[in-house]
Amino acid sequence: MSFTGIYETSGSAMTAQTIRLNTISSNLANADSVASNPNDVYKPLKPVFSAAFNSLSAAQKDQGLVPVKIADVVELNGLAQTRYEPNNPLANDQGYVFHTGINVVNEMADMMSSTRSFEANVEVLSNVKAMQQSLMRIWEI
Amino acid sequence: MISLDDALGIHPTMLQFRTERTSVLASNIANVDTPNYKAKDVTFNAVMSEIGGISSTQIQTDTLYRIPVQRSRDGNTVELQSEQARFAQNSMEYHQSLQFLKSKVSGLKRAIEGQ
Repeated sequence: MSFTGIYETSGSAMTAQTIRLNTISSNLANADSVASNPNDVYKPLKPVFSAAFNSLSAAQKDQGLVPVKIADVVELNGLAQTRYEPNNPLANDQGYVFHTGINVVNEMADMMSSTRSFEANVEVLSNVKAMQQSLMRIWEI
Repeated sequence: MISLDDALGIHPTMLQFRTERTSVLASNIANVDTPNYKAKDVTFNAVMSEIGGISSTQIQTDTLYRIPVQRSRDGNTVELQSEQARFAQNSMEYHQSLQFLKSKVSGLKRAIEGQ
C-alpha cells in the first residue's frame, strides 16, 4: 500500500483536463473563422474521456486506482452556419460564407468546469504530499 | 516474546486503511468528468477476533460502488463536492492515526533510551 499510484492517477486526470483546455482554446481561437465551403470550415474539437480500466496493473487494481485517459479527440460535424455575406472575400459564387457555429459561452463554461476539475486534482496532490511528509517524520519526536 | 506489531496496536492497520481510502477517493476525483465512471468507496468493519486467548481487532474492508444523490445524464456518479469533503475528512483521520502511532513510537523510543 503506497501513495505512488495516486500521483499517477491525479497526474493522468490533470493531463486529460489540460488536453480539454487545449481543445477549448482552439475552439475559442477559431470561433470567428469562416470558409467558402462547409467542408473547409473549422470544426469544434471535443475530447472523449474514458477510465483506463484495461491498462491497470494488478497492484493498481488492488488499490482501486483508476487513471483517466483521453480515448479520442473528435470533430463535431454539422454545426456550420451559412450566412449571406456577398462582400466577404471568402464568399462563394452565390455570396455565402460558412461560419463555425461555435457557441463561445458554451466554451467558456466548459473552460471553467475544466479548470475546477484541474484544481480539485491539485488539491488532492497537495493533501497527499502533506500526508506523505508527515509519515516521513514519524520517527522525529 | 514481544512483537513490534503488538506494541504499535491497531494504528498501522488504520493507517493502511486510510491510505487505501485516499487512493479510492483520489480516483473518484480524477474521474469527475469521465462518462459512465461509477464512484467507489471503501467500507469499514471492525472485527474482534479472539485467537489463543489474545483478543485483537482487525479491520475488514470492502470496495463498493457509491449510490449517488442525483443521477447524471452521462452515467457518471461522482459528486465532486461530497468527494472533496470525504477526502478532507479522510486526510484528517489519516493525520489522527499518524499522531496516535507517533505517540506509540515516542513511548517506545523513551523506553529504549531509558529516560
